[in-house]
Order: sequence, then structure tokens, then C-alpha cells
Amino acid sequence: MHPALSVILFTTASGTGYGLLILLMMLNLNGLLPTDSTLGIAGFAVGLTLVTAGLLASTFHLGHPERAWRAMSQWRTSWLSREGVAAIATYPLVLMFATGWVIVGSTSGGWSLAGSLAILLAAITISATGMIYASLKTIPQWHNPLTVVNYLVLALAGGAVWLTCIGQLAGIETNLLALLTLLLLPISWALKYSYWTLVDKVPSQYDIGSATGLGGLGDVTLLEPPHTEPNFVQKEMGFTIARRHAKKLRRTAVIFAFILPTVLMVGVLLTSGGVATFLSMLAVLSISGGLLTERWLFFAEAVHVSMLFYGTPKA
Amino acid sequence: MTSLPSQPSAKKLGLVIDLDTCVGCHACAVSCKEWNTGGHAAPLTDLNPYGKDPDGVWFNRIHTYEVSQPELGPTAGQTVHLPRSCLHCETPDCVTVCPTGASYKRAEDGIVLIDEDKCIGCKLCSWACGYGAREYDQDAGVMKKCTLCVDRIYNENLKEEERQPSCVSTCPAGARHFGDLGDENSDVSKLVAERNGFDLMPELGYQPTNKYLPPRPKSGPSSSYRPLNIDREETIDSRFLKWVDRLFSR
Repeated sequence: MHPALSVILFTTASGTGYGLLILLMMLNLNGLLPTDSTLGIAGFAVGLTLVTAGLLASTFHLGHPERAWRAMSQWRTSWLSREGVAAIATYPLVLMFATGWVIVGSTSGGWSLAGSLAILLAAITISATGMIYASLKTIPQWHNPLTVVNYLVLALAGGAVWLTCIGQLAGIETNLLALLTLLLLPISWALKYSYWTLVDKVPSQYDIGSATGLGGLGDVTLLEPPHTEPNFVQKEMGFTIARRHAKKLRRTAVIFAFILPTVLMVGVLLTSGGVATFLSMLAVLSISGGLLTERWLFFAEAVHVSMLFYGTPKA
Repeated sequence: MTSLPSQPSAKKLGLVIDLDTCVGCHACAVSCKEWNTGGHAAPLTDLNPYGKDPDGVWFNRIHTYEVSQPELGPTAGQTVHLPRSCLHCETPDCVTVCPTGASYKRAEDGIVLIDEDKCIGCKLCSWACGYGAREYDQDAGVMKKCTLCVDRIYNENLKEEERQPSCVSTCPAGARHFGDLGDENSDVSKLVAERNGFDLMPELGYQPTNKYLPPRPKSGPSSSYRPLNIDREETIDSRFLKWVDRLFSR
């Protein structure tokens, strides 16, 4: 699949934003983060900015962005529509909880209800994003439960790194945040590793013989393509990446998204003051680059079954 | 509404394509382009049509495959031309993934269409189609697809014999048939039953309406036939000429 920059930015930025907001609200509601106004302002501002930037980026690849509001209408059948509805519904609840936190200075009572609902909706939004891809039977690599789990866990891991950095900048105690990040990073690494293992092993259920229905007559190969220049379907669905490049890029993603942030988080735990803050900022940079690589690969490694008609033997 | 019709439509208009008869002339694709660039989904935009890297929207693409049977000998097998277009599936995901309601399946005859005024051009429907049937019009910013010539088949301004999809009426080989596949007694249904018509990629579970008729069994290569041998070494009989050949091959 063609790795469109707008979609990569959308899924990584808004995913991280929702992950950050979920952790911020959840930890506060459980008494693990103080209702500190600097932390509140910074946390909600950064979280909502990431979410909004991602959602805006997602409209860049639309042919008619001015009609994007129509995408709210088909939540009965479409995961893309559900994602849109959940994303929009999350805003007022997060803003309400943020108001309680930053302006009123309270996150209990009614405010906590708004917070809990916001956490639920943010998680639904991330899952719906994953389901847009996981629901496609035409892309066997995506059509499995690990896709959604990965979107959720990577969003939380990214959010945790950002939140640790924000905590550092806001001058609050971040040991707990760093420890939580150190828990989430290996989990997300393990799950990404299982996804890659699964993708490498996805049985080739579809082949050129079944696609054309000619498999029963013999070995099918493409003799003449229908056109001399690539068409939309080939440009959109036919992007493939050489296996050796994929291997190298997987290694890059693992280093920047998981290993480096882990090392840097240990550094944050062991140091203090400016050094710890600097290390946490490096961790943000590292995981952002790592997740962009990971998401690029998510698309680039996916093979669409329509390519069978163009001569790909298996998908 | 991008929900599928609650009941499968009784009428299932579609195509039956005979792979035994198709000669791969691309006439159906050309006439499709010609009609539809002025029809329901007009225009079928072409970008840079006469320059480098031409690109454009077509609803019908003709692939040519080689089907070989190595176990029966190096020459056993056949060439099969396969026209590929929207199959107007019974349960297609291209309709249900649409977030805006632009993509829909008609309850009255099963035709899958796009309401271009509602399409936001997110391209997700083309991802959900396993048959590569939907092509995005970069210029119009909306998705386009085969309409089964909905603007011909019900068009009372056309003579009755012309009220069928452009690809069907133009096929010089008579390889394309149009009709109601929901009606067991229709000519197309009988043809499918008689010739063991099949679905493309049935594993997807979209239940295509369009059917393909398999190529009829071929008689196979005759026993007297031998592949042309152009290997020089073997065609030189004379010792002298072989020596000359070796000499000059150095």
C-alpha cells in the first residue's frame, strides 16, 4: 500500500495525542498525578494540539476536504465514520475535564465523570483508527486483531514518553511517569514484534489462480498488463518495499521507537534537573521518529489482493 | 446510506463474460471509456494523455494471462484474456466502509454506484475492493466506477436493442452478456448454469454478481508438433562446418 504522508502523520500524531490525554486523565483520576495547573495547561494543550494536527493532516489527502463533515454520517457501517464521530465527541469531554483541572482546580465529582468518559472515547477513537485498517479483508496483513492492539499500545507508549517530558518541563515529580513508560515500551515492542512475525507468516490465502479463477487450468502468469503506464490502482495499492529494506527499516523503528526511549527513560530516572529534562526531550524526538518509521512500514509492507490481477503471484 | 439493502435485491443486473470467446481486443474498454466520459460519471478524466506518463480513469481493464501446464509439456497451455471491471457484488465492503454515504448499492437492481456530490475522495472504498474496480479521479477529487451503464439500460431515448451496457453491445466476439442474474430463467443465468460460470476471488466473500465462463478445454498440442529449434550447434551437420564454426567462435 502507498504510504501516504498525511495518513502516517494523522495516525501517529493523533494516536500519540490521545495516548497522552488518556494517561494524563487516568493517572490524575487515580491520584497518581497532581492537579497542578502548569501540568494541566501543558498536558492538555500538547495533547489536543497533537490530536488536532493529526486530524487536520488526515483531511489533506481528501479530494474534497470541505465535505469532510459528511464523514460523520455512516457510523452504522463504516469504521472511518465511527472514528470521526468518536474523535469529535472526545473534544468537549476533554475540554470539560481540562476546565475543571486548570480553571476550577478540581477533577473530582462531575469533572471526574467527564474525564472517565473522555478516556473511554479517546480509547475508542484509537481503536476505530486501527479498525479502519484491520477491517479490510483485502489486505491480509492488516486483517488481524494485532493491528488494533498495536495502534492502542503504541499510542499509549508514545503518549507516556511525551507526558514524562511535559512533567519534567512542568517541574513535577516524574519517576512514576518514567516507570510507566518503561513498562509500556517493552510491551509495545513485544506486540509490534508479534505483529511483524504474524505478517511474515500470514498464509497466502489468495493467489493469482483464485483471483482469476483460472488456477484450475494450470499455472497462471500475467502475459500482458491492461495498460502500459501504472493506473490509480497500481499507484495506490501496488507500492511494495524490498524485503531487505523492510528489515533495515524495522531495525530502525525498533531502535528509535523502543530501545533509545527505554535507555533515555532510565536516564531520566537516574538523573535530575536539566539533564533529566533534556533526556526526556530526546526520548520524545526518538519515539516520534521511530513511530513514523513504524507507521510508514505498516503501509509499505501491506500487500493488496488486487495486485494479483497485475501478476503478483500471492497476497 | 452505506448500509447494504436489508434484503438482497430480487433483480441482480450484471454481466457474464465468456473467457473462451474473448479475444482481448480491448474494444469493450474503449467503448466504455467513450460512453462513460459523457455519461453518469462523466468525465473519465485523462491526465497528460498524449505526453509522458499518461494517467486516466477507466472502468474496464483487460488483462491477458498465460495458463501453462508444464506437466503436459513445454507447449501445453493457453492464453486467456480477462476483462476486469466492477462485479456489482452482493455484499461488498466498498459500500459499507464509505464514511459519507456516497457509495451505495441499489435495492431495486443491485447496481453499485457512487453519489459524486457526497464523495469526499478518501479512497477507502478502493482499498476495500479486492478487484481493483474503483479508480480515483484526481482532477474531480472523487472516486469513480462502472455504473453498469445505468444511463443506457433504462434509457428510453435509446432503441430497445441499445439498452445494454456499452461494453456488451460493442463486443465484436459476443463474449459479453448482460441480464438479470437474480432470475433463474434469464438467458444469462442459463448460460452460467450451462457453462459452469464462476466468481473471481470467491474467498473474499463479497459474492460478485458478474460471472465468468471458463475457457473450454483445449485439444492440447498435437504429437507431431515439435518446438522450433534454433540452437545453431545442433543444426550443423557437416564436420567441416562445425570446425569452421568453432574456429570463428573463438
